[in-house]
Amino acid sequence: MTAITPNTSEIARQCSFPLFLCHVAAGFPSPADDYIEGPLDLNEHVIKHPSATYFVRASGDSMNGAGIFNGDLLIVDRSLEPIHGKVVIAEVDGQLTVKRLSKLKDHFSLQSENASYPPIELQEGNEVVVWGVVTHVLHNLL
Amino acid sequence: MKVFALVDCNNFYASCERVFDPRLKRHAIVILSNNDGCIVARSNEAKALGIPMGGPLFEQKAIIKKHNVAVFSSNYQLYGDMSQRVMDSLRLYSPDMEVYSIDEAFLRLDHLQPRNLYEYCKTMRAKVLQWTGIPVSIGIGPSKVLAKVANHVAKKQRDDGIFDIRSQQAQDEILKTLNVDKIWGVAGRWSERLRLMGISKASELRDASPTIIRKHLSVVGERILRELRGQSCLDLEEIQPRKSIMSSKSFGNLLTKKGPIEEALANYAARACEKLRKQNSQAQRVYVFVETNGFREIDRQYNNGFTYTLTIPTSDTRSILEVAKFCLSKIYKHGYRYKKTGIMLMDLTSVSLEQKQLFVDLNHRPGDPLMGIVDRINQDHGPDTLFFGAQGVTREWKMRCGLRSPRYTTQWDELLAVS
Repeated sequence: MTAITPNTSEIARQCSFPLFLCHVAAGFPSPADDYIEGPLDLNEHVIKHPSATYFVRASGDSMNGAGIFNGDLLIVDRSLEPIHGKVVIAEVDGQLTVKRLSKLKDHFSLQSENASYPPIELQEGNEVVVWGVVTHVLHNLL
Repeated sequence: MKVFALVDCNNFYASCERVFDPRLKRHAIVILSNNDGCIVARSNEAKALGIPMGGPLFEQKAIIKKHNVAVFSSNYQLYGDMSQRVMDSLRLYSPDMEVYSIDEAFLRLDHLQPRNLYEYCKTMRAKVLQWTGIPVSIGIGPSKVLAKVANHVAKKQRDDGIFDIRSQQAQDEILKTLNVDKIWGVAGRWSERLRLMGISKASELRDASPTIIRKHLSVVGERILRELRGQSCLDLEEIQPRKSIMSSKSFGNLLTKKGPIEEALANYAARACEKLRKQNSQAQRVYVFVETNGFREIDRQYNNGFTYTLTIPTSDTRSILEVAKFCLSKIYKHGYRYKKTGIMLMDLTSVSLEQKQLFVDLNHRPGDPLMGIVDRINQDHGPDTLFFGAQGVTREWKMRCGLRSPRYTTQWDELLAVS
């Protein structure tokens, strides 16, 4: 059993940050107070379609060139059309993999962003089964 | 004319498992009950192998091994979240919607021109599949009962997963061959009585005299008859707060000592109280029961229950825990091997509709803010982050769920991993 004391990170998570348009002067009420805008919500910024958005964990180094590293959190939107050049989660031999989708004429391939991994070519005429489109990467710098 | 659509997820639990593990496509899947005892859901492939619904797992061991059937414990966190996603996607298609169960919803689609309706449902179906990965079937009808019938046809006979039963011709054709016990609301108890009246097919019930049906099957039966005629009697229902809350599960192993049973009961009580507070209700009566395993013929059998009525209704876990413990002490007997205990909270009232009491100061209720804090911590940090001492630490009674897939959408450390 653990005794729980609220820690600061939890409180920080609960905080919202009102966005002021100008500096707030100390000492007297600022006329700018009338212009306070809504608090910024990170969810709103990165999640456009909540019921179609899933969080996925990246593993391995095949997408390092796209800024996706081992352990990063990927935000995946299934409602978006997978088009040429987007980073997608795709199905290959029953496994889900994160790669960059390439569609040249009618030829699909899944490109890694690391020279040590060859692209995955699909047979002529075969389509890639795309699970979702990656919209953001959350990378921990600590 | 009213237009109802019944949207039903195909093999919902199995479909949820497939979304996050594409290897399971076209693979036979079964899902087990709480405690991994019985089979509660099957994919089409598992149905085709003849694996029965509700059967004990051990009876199917051979066939499961032979056909390499994928077996999962219930992953209710995942199914609950996916259900929410399906329902939220559907809500974009109609402002009037009734979530009927975890995998079914009724939608009113009256605002649409008939010629657009099929296309509209096709788009809706494609959208749910794209957003959630869950395939659905859609039945369209002039009443809820007929929409339900149409859904049955859509699921079994249509490749596009959609069936519209609004035309008289379609109704005649389908109801002629449909057995009455397949009709929503009829089920077993009435089908026998109807058979004795010479009614075995849905069309025969539809064409029967409403007065006679009313005499035999009450006004509820008459409504079903009228709904079969395409006269809508059942409207979409708003979600009503539940009138009683039950929390009960079988133990992982049979228990004989009072301590672990008390501990399990405390956990079910805490869970029930959480649900109670979530719907802003409080309970006045508490019912506790114990059961031995009726299937073990060598064991002596004992089942008993006890009800306690509180002076004032409460939603405070501490009060309920005290009452639950007291009830258990009234019914627990030494010398039996217990399989199950449970608690039911009854006589629920809304917190806002509270009766004033002459001798009790209702304003003096130190529990309420505390319970709110407990609920919030457990919501933010995961279930059982904060729990009552009575709930115990080791929980040796805990049920098995050894084959559960990761909770892909509700736990940070169980997210889907892709390389």
